[in-house]
Amino acid sequence: MTNELSRRAFLSRAGAGLSAAWVSANWPALLAAADHARHAARSATPPKFEFFSPDQAVEIEAIAARIIPTDDTPGAREAGVVYFIDRGLATFAVESQKTYREGLPELQARMNEMFPGVAKFSAATPEQQDEVLHSFDERTETSRRAIRPRPGAQNFFETLRQHTIAGFLIDPDYGGNRDGVGWKLIGREREHTFQPPFGYYDKDYPGWQAAMKEAEKK
Amino acid sequence: MMVDQPKYKTSDEVDFLIIGSGAAGGILAKELSTNGFRVVVLEQGPYLTESDFTHNEVEIFAEDKLTNHPKLQPNTFRKTPDEKAKPQRALVYGRCVGGTSVHFTANFWRFHEIDFIERSKIGPIAGTGFADWPITYSDLEPYYTKVEWEIGVSGLAGASPFDPPRSKPYPMPPLPVKSSGVIFERAARKLGWHPFPAPMAILSQPRPGRSACVNCGFCLFFGCEVGAKSSSLATAIRAAERTGRCEIRPNSYVHRIETDATGRAVGAVYFDDKRNTHLQKAKAVVVCANGAETPRLLLLSASKRFPDGLANSSGLVGKYLMLNSAATSVGLFEHPLNDYKGFAVSRVIHDFYELDPQKVGFYGGGGLDARFDYTPMTFAFGGLPPDTPRWGKDFKAALSHNFTRTMEIFCHGTSLPVETNSFSLDPELKDAWGLPALRLTYKDHPDDLKLANWQNARAQELLDAAGAQKKWGFPVAEQQFAVHLLGTCRMGNDPKTSVINADHRTHDVKNLFLCDGSSLVTSGRGQPTMTIEALAFRAADRITALAKRGEISS
Repeated sequence: MTNELSRRAFLSRAGAGLSAAWVSANWPALLAAADHARHAARSATPPKFEFFSPDQAVEIEAIAARIIPTDDTPGAREAGVVYFIDRGLATFAVESQKTYREGLPELQARMNEMFPGVAKFSAATPEQQDEVLHSFDERTETSRRAIRPRPGAQNFFETLRQHTIAGFLIDPDYGGNRDGVGWKLIGREREHTFQPPFGYYDKDYPGWQAAMKEAEKK
Repeated sequence: MMVDQPKYKTSDEVDFLIIGSGAAGGILAKELSTNGFRVVVLEQGPYLTESDFTHNEVEIFAEDKLTNHPKLQPNTFRKTPDEKAKPQRALVYGRCVGGTSVHFTANFWRFHEIDFIERSKIGPIAGTGFADWPITYSDLEPYYTKVEWEIGVSGLAGASPFDPPRSKPYPMPPLPVKSSGVIFERAARKLGWHPFPAPMAILSQPRPGRSACVNCGFCLFFGCEVGAKSSSLATAIRAAERTGRCEIRPNSYVHRIETDATGRAVGAVYFDDKRNTHLQKAKAVVVCANGAETPRLLLLSASKRFPDGLANSSGLVGKYLMLNSAATSVGLFEHPLNDYKGFAVSRVIHDFYELDPQKVGFYGGGGLDARFDYTPMTFAFGGLPPDTPRWGKDFKAALSHNFTRTMEIFCHGTSLPVETNSFSLDPELKDAWGLPALRLTYKDHPDDLKLANWQNARAQELLDAAGAQKKWGFPVAEQQFAVHLLGTCRMGNDPKTSVINADHRTHDVKNLFLCDGSSLVTSGRGQPTMTIEALAFRAADRITALAKRGEISS
């Protein structure tokens, strides 16, 4: 509550005509602190799973770890994706419960079929695991740019693929991407605010007028 | 941040009832209440403020916290009227106080002179309702300027040689250039084109009650936590509230405009958040519910006197829908751009605003912009090259390498008004309140698709000139998802070929006005919000004049 109040106070002060530089300098710390408090309940690792049994969680984590594997950098496992998905299935993705309930046994059956003697997905070699997953992966054509994820009728693997990516790359304040490992991987800084120059190509930009003149000389 | 508002009784006959609080509704609320009228605004969505906005992609994309919800408000789609429409999500719009202006990209181009008179210039186009506007650019110019100064638009006057005349410069300088903007600017100049700083409805300097943009990077689809995005929420709605004469009533889902025996509107019936119905009485009704919900509401308001829907003697309510032609190319560069920092767009070209049909073989025109509008999550779903594996080691490696090195070129353009392209009531599917769902019928005019392909080819040329290490384009396909909702209650002088007149008054009902994307006669070149807001300021002046002369109530 204190954080929430300080954030509100800050936001109203920010608007009172303070300089942009002051805002940029002070906003992130305040905002980050307030947000962290607000979402602490959501971002804490749940003490126990809400949807998965412990056995199921092991299997889901094993699949997620093939979607975003751990190599010299952290993957889905280190990002705690399985916790994000479990929480999701009890909240925003309730409708996917059936997909998981039916999909996981089907995947295990496929594993047994393709590799008799392998008891479960998590016990297979990475190569065997990938082969099984490839057999489920139906590539859908993206004929047009889709900037919003499109929920809809999807198979188990595609659902899990999307949930894994979401749990790996969501803002770490919101229950996934533990310790920000997903953002570290892609090079997304954790700050809530940025100042130019932003990247390599704008750092030497001389300004609009100067750039115009340079272009005219050429 | 909500200030004290008057609370009107539903039995209180207020001067104006405004339905919708978005780009147009917010401005009409502000202007009419400032002019001394008592105003109630009914908004179907919740009243969220800056402290409710987060960077949580789950809330935005999975839970539709700021937008119409596909479970509560399902849609259907078909390409042509002879098909049976199938359920699918067919549109997205803002469903909260401030409407779509809360989450939009904030590209803020004015229309040019040609957009209002193009039919006269190039003649009729077969199979379309291509028409001139009943007003011209010069009628709207003072209002474009008013929008820029009142809500706060960043830009550089005179930077584009194609800009229409303006009476005043922008109130504040452009936002900083991004790496995508520099790459775009240099390559466009190499090709002899004329890049310019993007006009954006985002503050580059603070204003009272609002911070300048802090470049947080969660812009498109997200609400602005510091009030830098010049949404109706951050601007006009607050000003309307300060008059003490305007009540913003959220969670109020209007489903019928009531008329009396003489055919005048008497108010609107709505569901509150507990699904109780109320009739708010008013002397006049202004519908600003967007280009999908405005025609839907008129069609839902059919009665004995108006059997085909209210204000629909022309039969054109919901028709001539234009979504704007669009195409995207993507480029990957050697060094990090870090384009995830900041707003989406910093540079634009308008060299192709007005293509010569004789030369290119089709009607149309548009603009290209340099942008990056992905979040980390949406980038992983749609930002990688099409030949990248969708999971596994190589997928991870591509994510790691590409996220900071990618930019897009977005091609915006015209859509032609085709009568069968429309929003209508689905005969079977109902929403969560038991009302007929929106049905989208849409098949792009062939020229719109040709334009999209033509512009995407220019985008590819630009990426080559920029030295992209890799480039790809999304194949242009027929649209079946609507974001820009334009033309569905078009403006015109002839009641047989239009729904509203130049004052935004419906031809059929004297005290019923419509103002939003539905009012547009042509689609512009892809950025309609600025024009919708200029129209709203102008409509407020026209409506005020009519009211003061006693020409609405009598």
